[in-house]
Amino acid sequence: MFKKFMALLLVVFLGAPVVAEPLRLTITDGVIEPLPYAIPTFQAEIAGSEDMAANITRVIAEDLSGTGLFRQIPSSAFISQHIFDTTPAYPDWRAINTQALITGAVAVQGGQVVVKFRLYDVFTGAEMGEGQQLVAGVDGWRRLAHKVADQVYSRITGESGYFDSRVIYVAESGPKDNRRKVISIMDYDGQNTQSLTQGNSLVLAPRFSPTGDRVLYTSYESGSPRIYMLNVSSAVAQPITTAPGNMAFSPRFSRDGQRVIYSLETGGNTDIWMTDIATGQHSRLTNAPSIETGPSLSPDGSQIVFESDRSGTQQLYVMPVSGGEPRRISFGEGRYGTPVWSPRGDLVAFTKQNAGRFHIGVMRTDGSEERLLSSASGGFLDEGPTWAPNGRVIMFFREALGAGGGPSLYSVDISGRNLRQVPSNGFASDPSWGPLLR
Amino acid sequence: MQTLTKAALIVLALSTAACTRPDRFGAGNSVDLNAAGGAGGIGMSGLGDVNDPTSPAYFQQNVGDRVLFAVDQSTLSAEGRAVLDGQAQWLMTNNDYLAVIEGHADEQGTREYNLALGARRANAVYEYLISKGISASRIRTISYGKERPLATCASESCYSQNRRAVTVISIGQLG
Repeated sequence: MFKKFMALLLVVFLGAPVVAEPLRLTITDGVIEPLPYAIPTFQAEIAGSEDMAANITRVIAEDLSGTGLFRQIPSSAFISQHIFDTTPAYPDWRAINTQALITGAVAVQGGQVVVKFRLYDVFTGAEMGEGQQLVAGVDGWRRLAHKVADQVYSRITGESGYFDSRVIYVAESGPKDNRRKVISIMDYDGQNTQSLTQGNSLVLAPRFSPTGDRVLYTSYESGSPRIYMLNVSSAVAQPITTAPGNMAFSPRFSRDGQRVIYSLETGGNTDIWMTDIATGQHSRLTNAPSIETGPSLSPDGSQIVFESDRSGTQQLYVMPVSGGEPRRISFGEGRYGTPVWSPRGDLVAFTKQNAGRFHIGVMRTDGSEERLLSSASGGFLDEGPTWAPNGRVIMFFREALGAGGGPSLYSVDISGRNLRQVPSNGFASDPSWGPLLR
Repeated sequence: MQTLTKAALIVLALSTAACTRPDRFGAGNSVDLNAAGGAGGIGMSGLGDVNDPTSPAYFQQNVGDRVLFAVDQSTLSAEGRAVLDGQAQWLMTNNDYLAVIEGHADEQGTREYNLALGARRANAVYEYLISKGISASRIRTISYGKERPLATCASESCYSQNRRAVTVISIGQLG
C-alpha cells in the first residue's frame, strides 16, 4: 500500500575549497533575525523539466522559510541572472543583502529526477561545501527538495535538518461523539498523506519505531484496548501479546526497537510494563496504586520519563528502566502529562494544564528551566508534543472544543517562536515524528 | 492489490483475536443507549417494554444505567451508590444478563491519562456491584477515556454528563 521510495543516489561532484569563517547561523533561544537567502528558480537542464524545477525550488524555499530562521529574497529584487555552475556575480547578490545563494539545476528523464545544487556564502564570496547531485524516481521529487533543504540548513546552522522526515498521526472524521479515526502517515509538511488503517475501529496515539519502519498504536479492534504493531511499508498490523491485564495502551518502542513499553490496566489500576516483542517476556516497571502512563525513553535507553498521579495530580517522574524509585521532576503549578524525551536528551516536552489553560512546554530532565511554548484557552486544548529528529521543533495538536470542533496539527520552535499550523485535509491528532530518512 | 491483502490480514487478525479470547459479552443483542458510546453503537433490538421490569428498557430508564463523577475523581457519590444498589438488585433478579461497565472522561485531560481514569471509574462501579453480591463472571469493564463523549458542548453542563460509568447489559450464556 505504501509506496517505497526509490533509493536516493548521492553523488558528490566538483569539490571546492572552503574559505575560512564560513556563513554560520547559530540557533539560540534569543531573537534571531532571519537569514536572507536567494534561490533563483532551478534551471531546467532538459526541455520539459521546467515545472519540476519550479516545484523543487518552491519546496526548498518553503522548507527553509518555514523554519522562521531564513527569509527568502523575492526574485523581483534580483539584479542578475545566475547560470548554474558559473561563479555567482557576488556584488549583485550582496547589493540586495543576500547572505546565502542557493543555485541548482533539474533534469527529468526516464522516470527519474536529477537535481544538482550549489550553495554560496555571498559575503565571503565562496561556495559552502560541495555541489551535490541527487537522483530519485519522479514520485520522490519532494524528498529530493527536502534533501537539498536539509543540506542547506545543515551547512548554515551546523545542525542536522529535519525536512526529509515523516509523521504518523490520527486522521479524524465524523461527529464528535462517534469519531472515525485512522492511523495515517504524511511528510513532515503535511504532504503525501496515506491511510494505514481502515477506520472501522477506534485507534489512538501511534508511535514510530526509532528507525521509522514500524508503528505501535492502541486499537479497540478486539473490543477492548490492545496494542498493535504496524509495518509502515506493507500497512499490515498485528497484535502484540502483552502481560495479562484488562486493558493495554500507551505503547512506545525501546531504542533498539525490540521491546514495547506500555501501560497495563488491571482492576482499575494502571502501571507501566515492558515486553520483549520476540520472546514475549514481560517485566513490570512500576507498581503503585496510582495511574502510571505515558512513558518515554531517554535517547540512551537507560531511563524513562512518565506521568503519574501518585501525588494526587498528574505529574512527571523519571526512573531507570532497570527499576528503582521514580523521582518527580515537575513542580510547577497545575498538572503535567504526555512527557516526551528530546532526541538530544537534554529536555522533556510535555502537556501542562493549569487554571483552565493547556500548554505545550519543555523542561530540563531534572525539571528545571520550564518554558511554555504554546497556550490554549477559550475553547481550545493543546496536547501531545513530539520532537523533530534534530530536537529543534515540536509538533503537537490543538483541538477546538465543542460539538463542531476538532484537532489540527501545529509546530513550534523550542524557543517558542514560529507557531504554525501543519496543513491537513481534515482533523488530525496524536502526531509522532519519525527519524530523518536516508 | 496491496490494500486487499491488508484487509484480509486485518480480518484474519480479528478472527484470531475472537478465537483466542472467547467473548461472551459480544452477543449481537447488546443494548446501549449511550449515544454511540459503546463499541457497537446504539442497540436497536431487545429493549423490551419499558413497563416490563425485566426489560433492558426498564433497567435504563427506571433503574438508571449510569453514575457520574467529579472532575478527575473516581469516587462514587451517595447518589451514584443508590443507582448502583438498584442495578445490583436488578441484576440479581435478572440472572441471565451480563454487564459491561464503560468508563468515560470529559475532554479536559490528556488522552492516555483519561483512558486510565475511565478504567478507574468503571472499576469503582465493578467493585461496588461485586460488593453487593453480583458474580464477577457476569461483569467486565472497559474504558473509552475521552473518545466517546455523550454531550459535545464545551462547558461543564456537558462535561458533567461525560464523566460517567455506564452499565451496558446484554443477554449472554451464563456458565
